[in-house]
Amino acid sequence: MRCIKCGQRACFEIRRHRAAFCQEHLIEHLRNQVEKTIKKFKMFSPKDKILAAVSGGKDSLALWDILLDLGYCTEGLYIHLGISSYSDKSHEMAEKFALSRGVPLYTVSLKEIFGEGMEYIARKTSKSFCSACGLIKRYIMNITAKLGGFDAIATGHNLDDETAALLGNVLRWQIGYLARQSPNMPERGGLARKVKPLCRLTEREMAAYCIVKGIDYILDECPMSRGATSLKYKETLNLLESSSPGTKDQFYLSFLERGQRYFKPVEEEVELKDCVKCDQPTTVEMCSFCRQMERAGFDSLALKKSLKELLSTKGNSFII
Amino acid sequence: MKVIIQRDSTVKEIKGSHTVEKVLKMLNIIPETVVVVKGGSLVTLDTKIEEDEEIEIIHVVSGG
Ligand SMILES: [Zn+2]
Ligand SMILES: [Zn+2]
Repeated sequence: MRCIKCGQRACFEIRRHRAAFCQEHLIEHLRNQVEKTIKKFKMFSPKDKILAAVSGGKDSLALWDILLDLGYCTEGLYIHLGISSYSDKSHEMAEKFALSRGVPLYTVSLKEIFGEGMEYIARKTSKSFCSACGLIKRYIMNITAKLGGFDAIATGHNLDDETAALLGNVLRWQIGYLARQSPNMPERGGLARKVKPLCRLTEREMAAYCIVKGIDYILDECPMSRGATSLKYKETLNLLESSSPGTKDQFYLSFLERGQRYFKPVEEEVELKDCVKCDQPTTVEMCSFCRQMERAGFDSLALKKSLKELLSTKGNSFII
Repeated sequence: MKVIIQRDSTVKEIKGSHTVEKVLKMLNIIPETVVVVKGGSLVTLDTKIEEDEEIEIIHVVSGG
């Protein structure tokens, strides 16, 4: 197989685009795809300051790398959840990347701030581990973006994540989610803009990107996410994609272009107000983060305090 | 050939020389879910792997 750009031996094929690329042109192709996605969905402009939420995995590190190569001012946020050795290992990958590119990485460690990690906090709530963890991560991302003056939070969600979520929403006819699912969630009442610049690229392409660019990423999965339903949706979609390349693209992009307009939000968007404790946006008196931390016996304000200190240091990659 | 499956750290021996596509089929792996590396570089599905060569299969699907 030959590279469609230069005719040299190809290292990677993208069947849904009927294309194959050499290393150099693969990088160029993926970078162009991200740039096109940012423009198509009007995610942000070159003047904006972006906060990349990084997990140490292939997607978020590739995202950060591509945004930097495209010239976007992008700093990283790593949330250390204190989940066994998985958190330490994935943190190491994020730190290593930040150092290699000389860019700030802000690490928010639950254990350092509260003395306990996610496992302890989740045990103290009625929620499942993943929903308790998701809530904490969303809160930390938002407050970091707000306090740090970032214009948008970029996450590494890729085409596989987005189609798996879409399939899940369709199978359960989650009308509210279908109406809202978007790669660009604009800023709204204290909630920072959230964007997914990799939404048109597959996980396979992101892994290939990291290998070609020599970016070390954590191969292990979060030990708490084993058996997630999204994995079954991904497998099903990959089977379909193998027999008819382009299925995922069509399912997702056509939904955004033509299907989504038929889904109207089930309930009126509730007015956001400030949490009585931490001032962050919430629909009730006290936000769910503050309530969750209270149940675990911690002062939720400790996070805001350490974040302010952390943001003034320009990231701890520079302290080490 | 020697096939290293990184996800479950297993090594498989396969007789003869085959394309990457054929190897994945023999191992029942959906091509969409992996990337294949030979000598540190990515290889395409039509690449022929010789009997005395070694490849590594890296799974790319992550949960969450
Ligand atoms: Zn080329
Ligand atoms: Zn609060």
